[in-house]
Amino acid sequence: MQTSITRLALAAVLAVALAGLAEAAPRKKAPERGYFDVSRMAPLTDQKGDPANGRKVAATKGLCVSCHVMPIPEQPDHGDVGPDLAGVGSRMQPPELRMRIVDPKVLYADTIMPSFYKSDLNRVKKGLEGKPFLTAQEVEDVVAYLATLK
Amino acid sequence: MRKTILAAVIAAVAGGAAVPVLADPPFDAKDPKYAPYIAGEKRSGYTFAEPETRAMQDDDFSNPGFLWVEEGKKMWSKVDGKAGKACKDCHGDAEKSMKGVGTVYPRFDPHANALLTLEQKINQCRTERMEAQPLKFDSKPYNAIATFVKHQSFGMPFAVQTDGPVAPYFDMGRRLYYERRGMSDVACKHCHEDYWGMHMRTELLSQGMPNGFPQYRLKWQTLGTAQKRIRGCFEEVRAEPYPVDSLENTVLELYATWRANGLRVESPAVRK
Repeated sequence: MQTSITRLALAAVLAVALAGLAEAAPRKKAPERGYFDVSRMAPLTDQKGDPANGRKVAATKGLCVSCHVMPIPEQPDHGDVGPDLAGVGSRMQPPELRMRIVDPKVLYADTIMPSFYKSDLNRVKKGLEGKPFLTAQEVEDVVAYLATLK
Repeated sequence: MRKTILAAVIAAVAGGAAVPVLADPPFDAKDPKYAPYIAGEKRSGYTFAEPETRAMQDDDFSNPGFLWVEEGKKMWSKVDGKAGKACKDCHGDAEKSMKGVGTVYPRFDPHANALLTLEQKINQCRTERMEAQPLKFDSKPYNAIATFVKHQSFGMPFAVQTDGPVAPYFDMGRRLYYERRGMSDVACKHCHEDYWGMHMRTELLSQGMPNGFPQYRLKWQTLGTAQKRIRGCFEEVRAEPYPVDSLENTVLELYATWRANGLRVESPAVRK
């Protein structure tokens, strides 16, 4: 007990000292958004995701079944490029799912998976430039749907 | 459709699995009948095609691509242009003079001081030697003469060069092959190196070997060149295609053809 209090106090002192140092050091550029940046974890919209619409988007516009086997039996010929998504809601939390849909290259630099909510893509077909694959609300709906797959 | 029905039957037999299993066309690397379609780890698109499509390619009478070969054969000895020449007048018997030519293009052409596809070389010959109009991309005569010339190398292994003056073109081709593009944000290599043999919906991803071009595509209901197919791939990933015969499209054709070095010329192949 005694040691843990000492340690805590020491940690606090160190933290203050480091914060001071960080403030003193000139900041060259804004840090890149990394894995643990909360802005990647937060919902993209204020409106709560609609799982029913998310299921629809996964089967149609989102083309999720092109590469993933999903519990959407009325759609034939699911692809097998990506992992089977049955039970993915048990394996991952909504922020983890969101991050993988928005821009999976943050986690897997060489992945074949598209970034579904990124607008600065290379050489996009004329007329589609600057548009993300899905809208923010569609991403939230898909996240809500995937979270139900337990 | 056939695949869907087959898959449904398999699923039913397997005891009603929720998602149907896709049945791939048969292929066995050890079976000698596939030897003409493989080179080491490389597999021609033939080995990814449905048995009906393979059968169509195998029989010269049912292979629609031979309509273009026949047309090209006629063009070979037909005079065109102000110089009053036919291909035959300089090159003689195509079966001898053009044998092997189809295995080395795209190739650096010292005369043009540029990398040329076989189709570009034919047009160069037309404009500079025959003083004829260049053939229009994807027109019947453009495709016909290219298919006829390429067919003279049927069964011969590809051997495009990548060194010497070709090196900068080859490096650019490699860079473009690995560059992500389009709304799908993928590079050529993602489908054709990393995931060949897997499925996107009903699409069995092949190794992207262009050894059958110019080829008859069932989807097109006509014959087309590698330049056309590369642009089609761009459309599929919702990317803006590079113009026909642009440096970018040509170096991509070079890189893709180099990947097929060792595989045999199948022109005119038949694919889905």
